[in-house]
Amino acid sequence: MPSCREITELLTDYAEGRLGLVHWLRLQLHLGMCSPCRAYLRQLRATAGALGKLPSPEVPADLQAELMRRFEGWKDRR
Amino acid sequence: MGPPAYQGAAADERALVARLRAGDRQAFADLIARHGGSLLRLATAIVRNRSSAEEVVQEAWLAALEGIDGFEGRAALRTWLFQIVANKARTRLRRDGRSVPFSALSSPDDGEDHAPDSDRFDGNGAWKDPPGRWSEEDPERLAQGVETRAAIERAIADLPAAQRAVITLRDVEGLEAEEICSLLDLTVANQRVLLHRARARVRLALEKHLAGGR
Ligand SMILES: [Zn+2]
Repeated sequence: MPSCREITELLTDYAEGRLGLVHWLRLQLHLGMCSPCRAYLRQLRATAGALGKLPSPEVPADLQAELMRRFEGWKDRR
Repeated sequence: MGPPAYQGAAADERALVARLRAGDRQAFADLIARHGGSLLRLATAIVRNRSSAEEVVQEAWLAALEGIDGFEGRAALRTWLFQIVANKARTRLRRDGRSVPFSALSSPDDGEDHAPDSDRFDGNGAWKDPPGRWSEEDPERLAQGVETRAAIERAIADLPAAQRAVITLRDVEGLEAEEICSLLDLTVANQRVLLHRARARVRLALEKHLAGGR
C-alpha cells in the first residue's frame, strides 16, 4: 500500500489527468479511505483554480506610451 | 478544425494581424490591451525583477513587430508572443549573469527545494500533521479576497524560478503542459514535478493564511 506521503506526491499528476491506470486505481482506493488526503487534493485543486482567477496585471501607462512611440518608429521604417 | 468559437477567434486574430501589418495603430493598442498584462506577468515570473520585466516586454513587443510578417498563424498569436517573451527573458537572465541556463534549474530538486510538506508525515509516510480545514475553498472567492490574493501572489514570487515560470503558465495563464515544455525547454516529467512542487508550496501558503496562522 502506498503511504499518504506517496499519495500526495501523485495528486498533481492525478488532477492533471496524467496518471497511469495502476497508479490511478491505487489512488482512488486510497482517497476512498483517507480523508486527510482527500482534503489535500481539494486544497490543491482550489489552489490551482484560484490562480486561474487572478486578474491580469495592468500594463503601466508609461510602458504603454513607450510601446506606442516605438510602434510609430517601426511604422516609419517599413 | 476546432469548434466554431475557436474558428471565430482565429479569424478575428488574422484580421488583427493584417491590420497590424498595414500599420494600424489601433490594432497594436488592441493587441497590448489583450495580451500585454499576461506577457508582463510571464516576464516577471522569469526575471522576477519588475523593471527588468518591463524592459524585456518592451524588447519582445518590438521583436514581435519586426517579426510580424513572418508570423504564419500556425500557432495562436498568444503562443507566439509568449515564446518571444520567454526567449527574451531567458536571454536577459543569462546576460545579467544571474542564471545558470534555465534548464539547469529544472531538475526535480531545483537546487533549493524539497517537497514542501515533507515534515508533515511520520517515518512511515502517514500524516502526522494533516491539512487543516480551510475557511474557504471556492477558487473564485479565494482569488477575490484581497488578503488571500496577496498571500497567493507572495507565495508565487517566493518560488524558485523554474517553478514560478511553470505555475504561472499552467495555472495562471492556462497553457497546456506541452506548450509550456516547448516554451521553457523542459521535459514533460520535469514540468510536472515543477508544477507539483509549486502548487504544494502555494497550497501551504494558503493553508497558513486560511487556517489563521496555525
Ligand atoms: Zn492518505
